[in-house]
This record gives sequence, structure tokens and C-alpha cells, in this order.
Amino acid sequence: MTEIKEDNVCQSGERVTENRFGRIWAKLKRNKVALVGGVLILVYVLSALFAPVLFPGSPSAPNLMKSLESPTLKDPLGTDELGRSILGRIIYGSRISLIIALGVVFVGIIFGIPLGLISGYYGGKIDFGIQRITDTMLAFPGFLLALALVSVLGVGIKNTVISIGISMVPLYIRLVRGCVLSVREEDYVEAARAVGTRDVIILSRHILPNVMVPITVQTSLSMGTAILFAAGLGFLGIGVQPPTPEWGAMLGSARSYLFHAPHVATFPGVAIFLAVLSFNLLGDGLRDALDPRFKI
Amino acid sequence: MLYYLIKRLISTIPVLIGISLLLFFMLRMLPGDPAQVLAGQMATPEEIENIRHQLGLDRPIYEQYVVYMSHLVRFDLGRSARTQNPVTVEIWARLPNTILLAVVAITLACLFGIPAGIISAVRPYSWIDYLVTLFALFGISMPVFWLGLMLVVVFAVILKWLPAGGTGSWQHVILPSFTLAAFVVAFIARMTRSTMLETLSQDFTTTARSKGLTEKVVVVKHALKNALIPIITVVGLQFGSLLAGAVLTETVFAWPGLGRLLYDSISARDYPMIQGVILIFGLLYIFVNLVVDFIYAFVDPRIRYD
Repeated sequence: MTEIKEDNVCQSGERVTENRFGRIWAKLKRNKVALVGGVLILVYVLSALFAPVLFPGSPSAPNLMKSLESPTLKDPLGTDELGRSILGRIIYGSRISLIIALGVVFVGIIFGIPLGLISGYYGGKIDFGIQRITDTMLAFPGFLLALALVSVLGVGIKNTVISIGISMVPLYIRLVRGCVLSVREEDYVEAARAVGTRDVIILSRHILPNVMVPITVQTSLSMGTAILFAAGLGFLGIGVQPPTPEWGAMLGSARSYLFHAPHVATFPGVAIFLAVLSFNLLGDGLRDALDPRFKI
Repeated sequence: MLYYLIKRLISTIPVLIGISLLLFFMLRMLPGDPAQVLAGQMATPEEIENIRHQLGLDRPIYEQYVVYMSHLVRFDLGRSARTQNPVTVEIWARLPNTILLAVVAITLACLFGIPAGIISAVRPYSWIDYLVTLFALFGISMPVFWLGLMLVVVFAVILKWLPAGGTGSWQHVILPSFTLAAFVVAFIARMTRSTMLETLSQDFTTTARSKGLTEKVVVVKHALKNALIPIITVVGLQFGSLLAGAVLTETVFAWPGLGRLLYDSISARDYPMIQGVILIFGLLYIFVNLVVDFIYAFVDPRIRYD
């Protein structure tokens, strides 16, 4: 899993201003690779939004007369074992993948940011407790943790989102905590504390804005990871269930026809690959725009 | 040094306790009776009662944890609900296969990833650097199971050079280990490039060059030696990705390892086995990172462990 190194991107002491976002945007625009990522993401978002226009009819309705047909003009990517258009299912599948990815980062952020803020700001026993839980969760590779959770929670979109989302939480906690530690002792935080500002206000108005930039980078990378994990769970048959058009599940059922109709397994994989690539490109671009020294 | 090793060993204890708690509560989060879940769908009422008594499920939760831990430290992980064999026996039988795959994959990853990263860093912003960077990005974005399927299509279905799955000969190892290595190659190449770029711009490399040393000596003896620590760290951390990737890769290639066992167990809702395999994966990951920490001490004499 791609993880960003917080100390390189947390801008200690520097308040995030509109001007700074302007500079980042200008750098990002010059970064062609990031732009390619952005455009690809836009294509996925548009196809998810306009799926019924791009592909009228149900993507899950079987037509056994057309089973496992090779690509033709009418079905540019061919059909699957139930005669359903692979292109149609990929287009509708982008909805599922994007919804899962958004859900996952939502879970990661909603738990990870507050816990990271509390852990870094208060320190002491609270920090120790949160960090030990984080250590334990990071003792498992993210996908395995998601796999373990899904084996308990059961299959389906909701449980896929919860399982992968929980596996992302420790990454956000670590990232946010690291940033908080680097800005906690800054003069403006001290000043806010000295005039009696409540902790909630200090955390949300003074500390959180400094964490937003690395979180944006991590979120882009996490979206890609989430799509990859969800497809992995779908492929194993314990994620999103058929007939829902999910890319990983499509690949899972295509395995049985690898020898007769390899095209069935080819295109959903390309869809997953390009989606993950685009989020990684954007994430890398954002990171370069923030700190050109840190480029891996 | 010995003090450091002991301290580092002790530091894993909270994580080990955390893992045991996670697995303990995992089973108790499930809807229904844990004894029924552990015994499986086909169990008789006597068997269920037996398990309930064995695990102390009729006692308070903290006593249950004590019983659970006493079984755990003796590596008594119960019996598989699917095959009725002891969990540890099945895990030991599969472990060597996964280790073999992981070791071959990590070796391949280092053989390709480190030189690629070095070449990329020595000629930054050249066509070869862009090529390596592009391949590395492709590698980390590629779904491992799809890569496996595509390799099967090319090398087993079309070219008929290698077997599509199974085990038995060295040919069977090639496709799964390459599949597993792809992601790690990418990661190691990216990390090697960035750390090499950093060390190549340091003062000591400039000094080495100004002394008239050949570029080869500067790169290998001065820059690479100093870039090794982050590279070793990444190799250790990527071992985790290998374990996660093993579940998918072993499923694609019907490879009889722990990953495949986990997949089969999840499909059959065989919870004692799921718990066992996840525990072993966690322990393996902790062990590898422990070894990595110990290697630091030998590789980098600057590191002092107080």
C-alpha cells in the first residue's frame, strides 16, 4: 500500500492560505503526469454518472444466445458467459468502484482524523492507547485486515466499504498524528491556547488546516488502494456479489473461461488497472507539487 | 547490541497481545453462538457442548480470554470445522509452499528492483529513468490477480510454455512468483531511486568523485552502501504485501499455500482455520520486520542502540 511520509509534506508553522493552494494548483497544472491521472479520473466519474445514457438497458440482464462472444462492433469488448456486454458492465462497474472508494476514504477520514488529532494533541496515555491499537492494526497488511473483517461481517457493498475503510484508519491516524506533533508547539497554537481558546477550536481552526494537504494526497492514493482491495475481495467472491457489475467479481467469474474466452478476463482488469493508476498518478502529482524533494 | 535485541523483542509483546485480542473479539463479534461457529454447520450438539466447555464459553469474558491465551501459547488453535484436522497441522503442511513463493518473489524483486532503481537514479530524467518510473507506477497499480490471469493466458494458453497452475516442479513456481513479485519490484525500484538520488547529491559522493574515483565505485561503494537502510526497510515492509498478495496469487494458480488455505477457509466459514492463518500471517510479518531491524545493526554501524 502506498503511504506518504508525513514529515515531508506537513508544512510546519505555515498556515494554509488561498495563495498556497493557488501555487499548488499552478504546479499541478504543469505536471503532465498528474493531469493525465486527473483526466482519467474525470472519464471514470463521467461514465459513472452517465452510465444509463452510455449504456441503455440493464448491465445484468442475461442473453444466453450471445454467451462468450468475442469483441464485435456492437459489443466492442465482447460478452461474458451470460451474454452480457462487458463494456456495459465495466461502465456500470465504475459506479460501484467509485462509490466503494469514496465510502472507504470517508470511513478512513471520519475515524482517522479525529483519532490522529486527539492522539497527537493530547499525547500521554490517550496517545499511547491509540498508538498501540494502530500498531496492532498495522501489524497486518491492509488487505489481510480487510479480508479478516469481511470474513466476520459478511459479503456485500456495505461490508466491503466498512472492512476496507477500517483497514485505512490506522494510516490516517499515523499521518495526522505526525503532522499534529510538528505543529503543536508552534507560536500561533501557543498563542491560541494562551488566550483561552477551547481545544476543539484550536484543533479544528489552527491545527486541522495544516493537515489538510497531506490528507488530500493520502486520500488520492487511498482511493486507488480501495479500488484495488475491493476488486481483490470481489475476485475472491467475498466482496460485492454477482449479478452486481463489480470489476473484481467479473474477473473472478472470468477465470473459468480463461482458455476459451480470454477477452472476458482482459478488459475488467484493464478498467481496474487504469482506475488505480489514475489515482496514483494524481496522488504522486499532488505530492510533487507539495514537495518536489520527496519523489518516490 | 544484545540489549537492543532484547529490547526490540520485548517491544513486540504489546502488538502480539493486540493481535490476540483482535482474533479473540473477531469470533465474538459474529452473530450467534461462538461454539456453533467454531464447530461448523455439521457438528453434533455433543461436539458443540464439548467446544463450549473446552473454550470456557460458559464462563465470564476475561476467563474466556485466559483460556484462549493458554491454548494460543501452546499453539493449540483448535480443529478445522471443515476437515476436522488440527489447525496447526494444516498450517504447517502449507507454510513451506507460501515461504517458497515469498522467498523466490522477494529475490526476484530485489534482483530487478534494486538495479532498476540505481540505473534510474544515476541517469535522472533520461529516457531510461522515465521508463523505470513508468513501469514502477504500472507495477503498483496492477491488480495482482489480473496480472496472474494474463500471464496464464500468455504463457499457458497461447504459448503453452508453462503450467497454468498447481505444483510439483520448478516450472510451477515461475508464474506465481513473477506475479507476486511485480508489485514489490515496483516499490523497491521507486524507493531505491529516491534514496540513491538523495545519497548521490550528498557531500561525501562529491568528495569521492573529486578524489578521482571511478563512477562505478562512487555509485556502488559510496552511494548504494548508504542507501541500503531504506531499501532494506522497504523489502521488509513489502513482505506484508507479499502475504496479502499470496491469498490472491495462490487462488489464481491453485498453489497449495497458506493464502489458498485462507481463501478456502473463508469460503467455507471455517473460523478456527481463518483465525489460525491470520495469526500466522501476523506472526510472520512481525518476525520479518524484527529480522530487518536486526540487519540494520549489521549494515549500519552508525546506528547505536541505547
